[in-house]
Amino acid sequence: METAVIVFPASNCERDACVALERVTGKKPHRVWHGDTELPKVDFVIIPGGFSYGDYLRSGAIAARSPIVQDIVKKAKTGLPVAGFCNGFQILTEAGLLPGVLMRNKGLRFICKPQTLKITNSRSMFTKAYGDKREITVPIAHFDGNYFADKPTLEKLESSGQIVFKYVGNPNGSAHDIAGICNEAGNVLGMMPHPERAIDPLHGGTDGTAFFKSILEARA
Amino acid sequence: MKAIIHIELKPGVLDPQGRTIARSLAHLGFGDVKGARQGKTIELDLNTEDKKIAQAQVKEMCEQLLANTVIENYHIKITE
Repeated sequence: METAVIVFPASNCERDACVALERVTGKKPHRVWHGDTELPKVDFVIIPGGFSYGDYLRSGAIAARSPIVQDIVKKAKTGLPVAGFCNGFQILTEAGLLPGVLMRNKGLRFICKPQTLKITNSRSMFTKAYGDKREITVPIAHFDGNYFADKPTLEKLESSGQIVFKYVGNPNGSAHDIAGICNEAGNVLGMMPHPERAIDPLHGGTDGTAFFKSILEARA
Repeated sequence: MKAIIHIELKPGVLDPQGRTIARSLAHLGFGDVKGARQGKTIELDLNTEDKKIAQAQVKEMCEQLLANTVIENYHIKITE
């Protein structure tokens, strides 16, 4: 499986994403600069965490208008699997690939800790390899993770199984405890937690590994 | 020409920063503060002298980048 990790000015999780992908796929991912206009031929794209463009204007707002994201939007609409973690989730909402918006944490604090999540859609291409496991623990590290969408959108997300992860003990005020959602087609996922930071026993846990295995199995 | 754009959270959207500002003002003894909402102002220098064109352009800028209309409203003022 060929993969790509997008790099923006002030991304800071692209290395972790590359290591996680290489461990699971056995192949080095392409690192793609935000100014490029076209993705290489790949089966899966990660938009990593960080503080793209210094979070200027709104988190993810400027990155969402960069040349490479226009190509990602185009290809995601024809089925290319894309996942965004943390700032990557913010970029996907700003780019219009996912509904809603990530606002400042309710408690006005940057939160950095291991977080337990409930897998609320175990059939998605991002969670299948978790099998019967329904709770996982992966790190969160964000200031703007408070998911917001209007009532009809939230109801639709709930009824269509688009909510993939929910927080156990809501840390940031997110509506419906939402930690991660996918689009209607199921090929674009955004989540605030960092599965790429939980792939080695030295990380304190390996609950992130099955996330990447799921995609590998789905694309095999 | 100049455009002054004020961006604010829509009514009903939780504004923890505004709430904290209001609380802090109350601590300072400004007991009449009932609430606060925090927004932002963006000033643009424009290369056009046509007010109508400026208004239309800035509206498009707000829709495409400057505001996130899921949670924000914007107000545009064009000045000489």
